[in-house]
Order: sequence, then structure tokens, then C-alpha cells
Amino acid sequence: MTIDEIKIGGLGASRRRVEDNRFIRGAGNYVDDIVLPGMLHMEIVRSPLAHARIKSIDVTAAWAIPGVRLVLTGEMMAARNLAWMPTLSYDTQAVLATDKVRFQGQEVAAVIADDPYIAKDACEAIIVDYEPLPAIVNPTQAMAAGAPVIRDDKENQPDNVIFDWDVGDKDGTDRAFAAADVVSELELHYPRSHPSPIETCGSIADFDRSTSKLTVYMTTQAPHIIRAAVALVAELPEHMIRIVSPDLGGGFGNKVPVYPGYVVSILASILLERPVKWIEDKTGNLISTGFGRDVYLKGQLALRKDGKILGVRMQTESDHGAFFSDAQPSKFKIGLMHSAFACYDVPTAHLTSRGFYTNKAPGGVAYRCSFRVTEAMFFQERMVQAAADDLGIDQAEIRRLNFVRDDDFPHRTPFGFLTDSGQYGKCLEMGLEAIGYEDFLKQKEEAKKNGRLLGIGISTMTEPLGAGNSREYDILGIKMFDSAELRVHMTGKAILRTGAKSQGQGHETTWAQIVAHELGIPAEDIVVEEGDTDTAPFGMGTYASRSTPVAGAAVSMVSRKIRAKARKIAAHLLEVSEEDVEWELGRFFVRSAPDLGVTIQECANAAYSNIPDGMEPGLENNAYYDPPNLTWPFACYIATVEIDPLTGVWDVLNMVAVDDCGVRINPMIVEGQIMGGLTEAYAMASMQFITFDSEGNCVGSNYMDYLLPTAWETPGFELHEVVTPCPHHPIGAKGIGECATVGGPAAFVNAVMDALQGAGVRNIDMPLLPDRVYEGLTEGRDVSGAPPIRTDA
Amino acid sequence: MYPSRFSYEAPDTVEEAIELLRRGQGEAKVLAGGQSLLPMMKLRFASPGTLIDINNIPGLDYHRADSDGTYRIGALCRHAQLEKSPDLAASQPTMAAAAHTVADPIVRNRGTLVGSICHADPQGDWASVMISLGASVVAKGPTGVRSVAVADFVSGPFQTVLASDELAVEAVVPAPVGVRAGGYLKLERRVGDFATAGVAVSVEFSGSSVARAGIGLTGVGSSTINAAEAAAALVGGSLSETDIAAAAELAAAASRPRSDHRGSESYKRHIVATFVSRILTSLQLSTQEVA
Ligand SMILES: Cc1cc2nc3c(=O)[nH]c(=O)nc-3n(C[C@H](O)[C@H](O)[C@H](O)COP(=O)(O)OP(=O)(O)OC[C@H]3O[C@@H](n4cnc5c(N)ncnc54)[C@H](O)[C@@H]3O)c2cc1C
Repeated sequence: MTIDEIKIGGLGASRRRVEDNRFIRGAGNYVDDIVLPGMLHMEIVRSPLAHARIKSIDVTAAWAIPGVRLVLTGEMMAARNLAWMPTLSYDTQAVLATDKVRFQGQEVAAVIADDPYIAKDACEAIIVDYEPLPAIVNPTQAMAAGAPVIRDDKENQPDNVIFDWDVGDKDGTDRAFAAADVVSELELHYPRSHPSPIETCGSIADFDRSTSKLTVYMTTQAPHIIRAAVALVAELPEHMIRIVSPDLGGGFGNKVPVYPGYVVSILASILLERPVKWIEDKTGNLISTGFGRDVYLKGQLALRKDGKILGVRMQTESDHGAFFSDAQPSKFKIGLMHSAFACYDVPTAHLTSRGFYTNKAPGGVAYRCSFRVTEAMFFQERMVQAAADDLGIDQAEIRRLNFVRDDDFPHRTPFGFLTDSGQYGKCLEMGLEAIGYEDFLKQKEEAKKNGRLLGIGISTMTEPLGAGNSREYDILGIKMFDSAELRVHMTGKAILRTGAKSQGQGHETTWAQIVAHELGIPAEDIVVEEGDTDTAPFGMGTYASRSTPVAGAAVSMVSRKIRAKARKIAAHLLEVSEEDVEWELGRFFVRSAPDLGVTIQECANAAYSNIPDGMEPGLENNAYYDPPNLTWPFACYIATVEIDPLTGVWDVLNMVAVDDCGVRINPMIVEGQIMGGLTEAYAMASMQFITFDSEGNCVGSNYMDYLLPTAWETPGFELHEVVTPCPHHPIGAKGIGECATVGGPAAFVNAVMDALQGAGVRNIDMPLLPDRVYEGLTEGRDVSGAPPIRTDA
Repeated sequence: MYPSRFSYEAPDTVEEAIELLRRGQGEAKVLAGGQSLLPMMKLRFASPGTLIDINNIPGLDYHRADSDGTYRIGALCRHAQLEKSPDLAASQPTMAAAAHTVADPIVRNRGTLVGSICHADPQGDWASVMISLGASVVAKGPTGVRSVAVADFVSGPFQTVLASDELAVEAVVPAPVGVRAGGYLKLERRVGDFATAGVAVSVEFSGSSVARAGIGLTGVGSSTINAAEAAAALVGGSLSETDIAAAAELAAAASRPRSDHRGSESYKRHIVATFVSRILTSLQLSTQEVA
């Protein structure tokens, strides 16, 4: 009577997502669905200008509108020491502007009223007198001599430089370049994109004077970090703060930072002693909240004639907007950019990074980027392809030649990470086979004779997912471990809580599968709850693909603790000593008499009804898990495209993905993550960017300009898998949530650039809109996508 | 959506609607499919005092041919009705080519052709199609009915010659003078995107020679462009390569695009020329097949 693990929804079961039942029925419970008695509504006045001094704010007319309960401006926030708040990167950010506005869309004032219509009317009645200042929309402008200093609020900030940081071995790298046969260079820009989750950000702050307790329902991927931040900013005692993150309509890193709207709604609720709801509109979300990327690269590879990479030089300039508010490990300034070239056996490398303030919305670390690994891998794969082209060698061959070999683990990457497992060559060969590489090269040559432009692009990479370990990874000093708490009830049903927070990834489904795997309790008997700081154990939340590597590991570990106690109970029930008890999925039995056994459910019952003498009753526990290392999934993405030479329009002919994310808990969910990621990769490569004109006006403030791909134009994807279990994760799993978004874009761009080979263009910045491709093709030079955009106006 | 305060009327007859418009004294707006007006109200770019919803008025959702071939599209005929009409392609090839390029399926279920022309968005697809066909709009007001050619109806970006108390009741495509052919090509970045550039070409053949031609351009000027000179270059000929090249060049010259995040001025002109020549070349091929 051994249990079939797949049948109980254990490891490897493509179990349907339990949360979808309510999502598909429209019965999810999002922040905006929550209605509290006496609740008021808040709307925000945003700056129409990118850079301007505030001369005056007149709120008289707003106050005069019936139904208006409170009008807040920066000055009133300042009186309570709340005009500025700390960011997750040790900077400060304006809550409501006092002196200047520093980006278009910045929060200037807020109105709290009986309903959102009144609040919106009152916002329009607020008159702000601005004195415009010149706007800075890229790092080049930011560093120019005489550029206006954006952060003149800060002491010791004479210019617009946020940081100047480097990592790697400069001298060793210089030597490698001196000895190189060929140096291949590439300059490019990874444009600003936006995660744009379907649900925008929002909060309901509910301060109860009688208990002094503040409850905040909030769209956050990291409720515990928020609780700590609110305790610091609002100077409230932490035990009197309850953050509840209900169902989230997507996050993608957009819902990690602390936003002014949250803070203002909290203050408003404290002042008015009524619940205050703030729900951002789509434009507010696009123009003011955490974006992704906006990094410029100057990259160089030192190469031997045969394609062997001898050294890497990377210089990045990043545009962080008006405040340095990236949510990232505090030890690093430009996220994990230095994870570049981890899959290649490169002897030496050096990265210098400079970050700049500009008159744009703050952020940079978001959109499935795993702390800027998106940029790192895009740069890496574009540089590798450019090198192959420069040397005239095959793009697959240059990768084969440089990959870290399967027997070379653990491997120290050129920037100091330790990778621990992988079968890179196998993944690449599988991908080449699936796409029909050799055949396609022939087709491409044939097509060329008829004036048709075909191209193929490869992207291969291993990326660090699942921060921490806590030695190296913390945010604001809080170490990046995670946690799980499991309570098994008397009937063998259970509730599991973790410090992570699903925002669509399906934790309610997969966590139960891990418990099922460890304890043999059917997954459907386990309910998963996350997001309420009063009940969930402390954790750092969900982003950077860290849930399975960290919280998921904690789920395994807490299940094993439960099993250890259950074993003692089983020994008691079976009247044998613990050493004589054996475990098989869902059941303990006597080693010498396998028919004699008790199920995990019987042990659970005994934990409440027939406990051994001297043992604590109950069957519950928790686990805090600090992973020994990051996890290192590997991916190989290959795309083929055809370009219309008269319009620059390109179509994807085929796309193949080979992912090795170790052991797959729920293969269907893993495939969903990969397809979603590839769709976003295609979006960024083909259509998506938030750009700015020379006055700092955001082009991309709505979904007519900021494009999300639909099922119509998104290509089909063919998925393949390789499984190299993670050597240190309790069930051998690695992160997968971001692989395709990280590795995908380069496959598309490399394919288009391959089709343009011989036209004299080495780089076109994303998104590869038809006009850019046409320009590259016909004018035979690189096409930059750096803002400001060209306009006639 | 939190628009400014407005009142709402839903008349049952055209006459009632016109009376309500008159009483609105310029502060009232007609609500047809709502696919342009409601987004504008959401953003508070439009704040009409009164919405006059014409969706309850019976008998306006038609598209049909008169016995002489004149084609009429009623004020409540949705984009989707045209898109899904099985015999539209035979009589109105340009319209059939354009119908499925307008917006996305959800918008097409509500939006109307007449509403699109009244909205006069320079990036609206229908106005250029109608211009290429020499179509007109029939407007009814308190003092009577008039008919205005679409080319004259659109007077600027988001502007028409419609008076504030007039309702557009239908669009009328005149009967062809010969055999009608045509096409619509649109460069968009994604399904549901407005045109980076769009080209409508309608040609009427008498035998193998062109008896009438019209070319309308979408998204390449501050309003829909009637490329009359380009069309004139085709009349009397039989779509020779020279004629096609001349029309393409003249259409590009007639366009007035601006450089923006969708592309440079010169790129958009190039697209206009490319599309004019692609459509005409495909017509030439199909007429050769017929011959
Ligand atoms: C996401 C999205 C994408 C779109 N993409 C495209 C596209 O690619 N191409 C395109 O052409 N359009 C596009 N549109 C616009 C769409 O085609 C609209 O349906 C159309 O522009 C307006 O038609 P409507 O019936 O919805 O008009 P409404 O929105 O109801 O009205 C528009 C304007 O016309 C006036 N009006 C309407 N009917 C009459 C009438 N009978 N008499 C007098 N005045 C009238 C209204 O008062 C209003 O000012 C898009 C819209 C959306 C929301």
C-alpha cells in the first residue's frame, strides 16, 4: 500500500493551481476589494513637470469641496517629520514634495474624501505654482559639467553621481587585454521598462485609536520588510503594526518598495481615525513606481583568435531616477550585475559601475530581474555574439568553447560567485537540435539569395537566484533568510504559513506539494497562508526567484521536523523503539514487520489524543532557513526570425527554450513561469519601453504607448528540460521565476542582429521597433535608443 | 474610472437625441460605442456636461447596399459587424481589409465606424478608408439633413464640421463607377495599437483602366490625409509600374508625419510609399489573374 506520490500531489505532480479556482471566478480578494466601515478615499496630485521648484501650493478651493476630509501637502508632512522617508538603498525619497519636484508624476499633495470622485475633483482644484528647471533624462546629461544638481536637498551631494563602484580584478584584466589577439567592443542601452502588474499599487490604512493598532492592507511582495519600514518611518511600535498583503494581481518586483501613497494613507488614517483607501490608477503606476533596467554598457572582451575569452571588461552607467530606491542587497550597488559571465570559464574580469540621479521616476530593480541579472545576462550574451561575429566564428561554437565543463564544479566565476552545478553543453546541444540549427543556417543562406533576411539568435546563461545566504545578502541589514511554519491538525490536515508572498506564482499549490513529498499528507489536505504579519513567520518576501530556493527549502525543513516528532509518536504507538521505525511516504512501520505501521494521520491524531509520557502535545513547528548558496539554474534560448527588408518588421519563426532549474516541484507551474517570462522577453525585445522627451515628459504613461504583448503577436514557444539537481537545496530545486525574462531578450535581439549581418550594423537598442531595424539595415550603423526621443515638436 | 460629474440621457429616437443636443448648448456629447469618448473622460481630457447615449435608438445598426450599389453604414454599426460580414469583401474590399485592423476584438465589439469618423483621430483607420472611397457623412440637426464628404467632414485633429446639435446618422459610400478593388495596410507595433502609418487605397476599374481612385493616409499628419494627387496619377492608366511608383511617391509627399517614438518622419513617409505600392501591386496581380 505504498502511496503514489503523484496521486497525492507531491513532487513532480502537475497539479492544478488551487488559487485559480477563486481567481478564475473573479472571487479573489485584492486590496481594492476590501471595504471597511467608514472608509475614506485618497487620491494623489502628481507633478506635471519633471524638474521644477515649487513656489506655492494653494489648497483653499480643494478644502471647500463638500466631502473633502483632509488635504495633505509636503509642508504638512514635514511638520510631522514625514516629508521624506528612507529608501531600501540607504537614500531618502520625498513622500510629498516640499522644495522641488524631481520627476514627472511625483507626489505633490493628497486629498482624502468621502469617495474617490470627490477626491479626484478636489485634486484638480489644487493649484501648484511651479518654476520649471532644466530636466535631465540620461546619465550623459547627468554627468555633464554644469548640470543642475537634482538632489540639492542632500548634504555632500555636489553632483548627480549616486555611486562609483567596482568589482573584479582590474590589473589582471588589463593584462589579459594586453595579451589578447582581438578585442571585441560593444556599446548598448538596456531601456527602461515597467513591470506593470495588472493590479496597481494600493493600500488601506486602518488606525484604531482604542487599541493603538495600525492595520494596513497593502499590495506588497514583502510584508515583513514593510512592517519594519513602517515602524521606522512612522515611529510606531512594531507589535502595533499589522501588514496584510491579500491576493496580489502580479508584482514582478513592482511591489517591493515603499511608496509615498502607502505612507500618506497611513498618516491620514492616524489623523482622521478612519480607514483610508488609496488605489493608484494605471498611469500613476506606470509613471511613478519601480521600473526595471535603464542601464548603459560599454563592454569589451579580450579574445584569443579561436574564440576563447581571456578577459571581460564592463563599464555600466545606470539611471536610477530622482531617488536611489532600488530594493537590492545592501552590499552591492548595481545589484548582481557581476554575475555576468558565470557560465563561461573566464579567467579574469573587471566591472566599473556608476549610478546617476536623473529627473525620472525612481527604481531600477524590478520586472523579474533578480537584482539586475537581466542586464548582466543580456550584456553578456550580446557581447558573446558580437565577439563571434567579429571573429567570424559560429555562435554555438564560441559558447561550447567557453562553457564551464560539467566536471568543473564548484566553479569560481570571474567576479567571485561560486556556481555549483550544471550541464551547459547538454542544454545547448538539445536546443540546437530542437531548432534544427544546421538546417536553418542553410535555409538562411538560400533565402539571402532571394533578398530575404533570416536570422538565428542564441542566449545561454546561468543566473544566481534565491538570495541569500545571509552572510552576503541583506536588505537594510535584515538578513535574507526565510521561514515556514507548519501545524498538522488532529485529523492529519494541516496549515502551512511562510514568510514569502505569492503574487501569482502559485505558492498555495507548490508549497503543499513539498509538504506532501516530505510527509505523505495529500496536497489537498494542506492549506497555505501567506502575507499577514500577525500570523506568518518572519520572512523577506517574494522576489528575485527566492521563494522556492529559500522559503521552499524552509517548507521542507519544517516538514522534516514534524516527521521527526511523528516518528517518536509512531514508535510509541507501535510499541517499538524509535530506531526500529522506518519511514516510507506517509507511513511509519516496524522494520522487522513492515505490515505493522501507522500513517502520518494516525500520528497526528495521537499528538492530540495519545501522547507519549513526557512529550509536548501537538504537531507543529517552524523552520528558518538560511541557504548555503544561491541556486544556479541554466537556460538556453534560441530564436529564429525573418525581417521584412522594406519595413523593418520582424517575425519570430521559432523559439526553443531548454531550462535546467533542477528538480521541478510542479512541472506545469514551471512551464507557466517560463512561458510568461519568454512573453515578457519578447515584449522587451520588440515593443516595450518607457522613454522620455527632452523635457522629461514620460512617453509610456498609458497602455497605448507602453505596450503589453497579446496572445496574437506573441510567438509560440517549444519547451525542453534538463534536470541537474541543486546540490544544497533540500529537494534539489533551483529558482525559475526569472530565467526566461533574464535570458530571453538576447535570443531575440541576437537573431535580428544575425539577420542583419553584413549590413554594417552591430547593435540596435531594444525595443527593436520596425523603424529602428529599418534604420540599422539601410543606414548601416548602430541605432541608439537612449532618451530623449527624437521629436519634431 | 473617475470622470468629472456629468448627467446621462438615453433617448429612443433620433429626433429626441437632436433635441437633447440642442439643449446641451455645446456641453453635450453623443455616446456611441464609447471606445474613444470614455477613455478621454477617464483621463478627464473630455468632461461633457451631458452624455447622450444613442444606443437605445432602434434601426441604426445597419450596413447595407442599396440596389444601385450605394453602401450605407448606420451610426450604431459596430466595427465587429463589418469585420464579420461575409459579403463585405466582394462589394467593399478596402473596408473589409481595414475592419480587422481597427483596435482589438473587445473594442471592435462596441466601437462604431461613424463614431470613429466623428472622433476624427488622425490615427483612426476608418476616416482614411472612407476618404479613399469618396464617402460622406449624413448629419441631422434641428434644421434638417445635410451630407458632407468625409474629406471635408474632418477639419483637423479631433475636429469635424459637425455642429454641436447635429447627429451623424450614417456614412454613405457611393456606388462604384466600375469594378471596385482596394486594400488597407497598417503598420502597428502590436495588435490593438493605433497606426504608425496606415494606407487605404480604393480603385474602380472600367475594363482594365482605372476610372476612379482614392488614397487616404492614417497617422501621418495632424488629421487624416486625402492624397488626391497620388490617386489622380492612377486614373486613366492600368496600374503600370510607372503609375504605381508615381502614386507611391506622391502619397509619401502628401503625408506630413512627425518624428516620435514610433519612428522618424522619413521612415513614416517611406512606409506610406511602400504600402501604396504594395497594395497597388497586389491589385495589379489580381486583375492580371482576372484578365
Ligand atoms: C484600446 C483601444 C484601441 C483602439 N485602437 C484603434 C485603432 O487601432 N484604430 C482606430 O481607428 N480606432 C481605434 N480605437 C478607437 C475605436 O475605433 C473607437 O471605437 C472609435 O474611434 C470611436 O467609435 P465609438 O463608437 O466608440 O465612439 P464614441 O467613443 O462613443 O465617440 C467618439 C466621439 O465621437 C462622437 N460621436 C460618436 N458617434 C457620433 C454620432 N453618431 N454623431 C455625432 N457624434 C458622434 C462622440 O460624441 C465622441 O466625441 C481604439 C480604442 C481603444 C479603446
